[in-house]
Amino acid sequence: MMEKKGVLYQGFPSMEELEKSPGVPSKDRIRKGPVACIECVQEIPCNPCEEACPYGAIKVGKPITNLPVLDQDKCIGCGNCIAACPGLAIFVVNGAREKAQISFPYEYHPLPKRGDTVDCVDRSGKVVTSGRVLRVVKAPNYDHTAVITVEVDQAYIDVVRSIKRLEGSDDE
Amino acid sequence: MKTKEIAIIGAGPAGLSCAVEAAKAGAKVTLLDENLKPGGQLFKQIHKFFGSREHQAGTRGFRIGEQLLKETEKLGVEVLLNAAVYGIYENKTLAYIKDGKDYALQAERIVIAAGASENALSFPGCTLPGVMGAGAAQTMINVHRVLPGKKILMVGSGNVGLIVSYQLMQAGADVVALIEAAPQIGGYGVHAAKIRRAGVPVYVSTTIKEVIGEEAVERVVITSLDEKWQPVPGTERTLEADTVCLAVGLSPLTELAWMAGCEFTFIPPLGGHVPIHDENMETTLPGIYVAGDITGVEEASSAMEEGRLAGVASAESLGYYDEETAKALKDEIWQRLNSLRTGPFGEGRFKAKIRQLQARRQLA
Amino acid sequence: MRIKHHPILDDDTRKCNVSIIVDGKKIPAIEGEPIAAALLAAGIRKFRETPKYHKPRGIFCAIGRCTDCVMIVDGIPNVRTCVTPVRDGMIVQTQKGLGEWGEKS
Repeated sequence: MMEKKGVLYQGFPSMEELEKSPGVPSKDRIRKGPVACIECVQEIPCNPCEEACPYGAIKVGKPITNLPVLDQDKCIGCGNCIAACPGLAIFVVNGAREKAQISFPYEYHPLPKRGDTVDCVDRSGKVVTSGRVLRVVKAPNYDHTAVITVEVDQAYIDVVRSIKRLEGSDDE
Repeated sequence: MKTKEIAIIGAGPAGLSCAVEAAKAGAKVTLLDENLKPGGQLFKQIHKFFGSREHQAGTRGFRIGEQLLKETEKLGVEVLLNAAVYGIYENKTLAYIKDGKDYALQAERIVIAAGASENALSFPGCTLPGVMGAGAAQTMINVHRVLPGKKILMVGSGNVGLIVSYQLMQAGADVVALIEAAPQIGGYGVHAAKIRRAGVPVYVSTTIKEVIGEEAVERVVITSLDEKWQPVPGTERTLEADTVCLAVGLSPLTELAWMAGCEFTFIPPLGGHVPIHDENMETTLPGIYVAGDITGVEEASSAMEEGRLAGVASAESLGYYDEETAKALKDEIWQRLNSLRTGPFGEGRFKAKIRQLQARRQLA
Repeated sequence: MRIKHHPILDDDTRKCNVSIIVDGKKIPAIEGEPIAAALLAAGIRKFRETPKYHKPRGIFCAIGRCTDCVMIVDGIPNVRTCVTPVRDGMIVQTQKGLGEWGEKS
């Protein structure tokens, strides 16, 4: 039985759904430097991303079910929106360097450390490549949503959106 | 027997919000809950809520609960815990058992905010230890800090199934799969995306065939369904699991409303038989209001808004607000409620609530 | 299994400061937690047997509504273990069938 593509059937957006989303930046823009990638494809009443952006680069407006629209020229990729999204659906991608950098929200224990080599996964959770952890940010206003930045080969810039969960330590 | 102004049954998000609004208006409020701690299901919600800033979007559910609780304390709301209300009788008298003793109190206004309970599912092996409601697992991990199992099969892809799967992984368990009998995922795509990213397979058009084990769950057998929702022979798969969580819907806990004599209507999208109410959340019995999941299964945000409505309306009916002030407050709340009931997920609930209000008008 | 570290709720710093006796065996528990939580933490999932076919049962709703989790506590049967807090020295027994009112054993 062929698995149907799309968020309603697979639980993650298909490439077609992402391309149609007003929150996803163009490939050209990604090559220029860090930029937000808002993988929000369903209309639900939700707008914290709009308020979280200090540069006014995200617009939801009214009704708040509107999909967020990214102004990729205003966006500098600061990443404030990543932890603000209740759906953990916002990422920052940077294709300007030799290796691709992908920042994503992460809410598991334990957290990786800067410099760690980790298994990086695609939207279906499949390990596709290994990457190096560049940054792990835990700001108080993120309220326990850590933002991790990994470095992977450029080929994976549209693919990697998280890491495989790490084994917990049993210190009783 | 004591007479209270406003007695609210249930200290979940609807009851707490109702207490805060009514007390803000100046009414004397008594809040009863059968549990040892207030908050209902709100304190188990460790994820960030959606909505707008007025809905506290981006704030974790349990923090919203903590805020509400502080406000009830500040406003001097009388809170009776471990107090199970078991009956509503004539003249708005309610009977409750608290700490093993029997009491009765009379109120000028009653708000029933009793919430909803999880549905069960029947299949061979469904009574084995390890088969439990998804909410039960959520209670164990987020309130009691104990894992009910390590390898979980989640049944149901509504928001409860998706969110609890995520929370089980945050607690250190593995979710071996999430199955959904319908041909598509029922809850938010963003919730599903989080668990897919974590490696949880999601199988639609799939249901449980049986659960196997001697003293507890050891293995589960799942099977695919055809377009007529019938099992397709030969598609059975066996998965190793020690726990099966059922997230197959909620049903409003309506016993007290039935007993009191409120009129009901049958609206499947809201969970079945629901009490009829008007725009003030008042039932067909004057002075008895309902709010939250008891009126129809939605979400915590709608429960809080309905609670606020009932709080303002009941306080208004006691003379604590004049008509104009109350209308302004209620209009604001209705605007926020309506904004929650929009989009492909909310529209259905909006229509269902319209049917419920129409049922009230037809009886007038 | 107890959840010590949690990404959202932070570390659980409570200590097992009491013990309960389950079918003759001493089990550590945290004062105030429900009996069912202490049992699950100790890996005990079967709480009772049904009257007719002696089938194993455990928690189902975990909020005191379904009564699937009942056990004999300090000699009293049909006690909902998911909402009854532990007490140091409490005697908990797997309930066979409807249970019997008996002396504290």
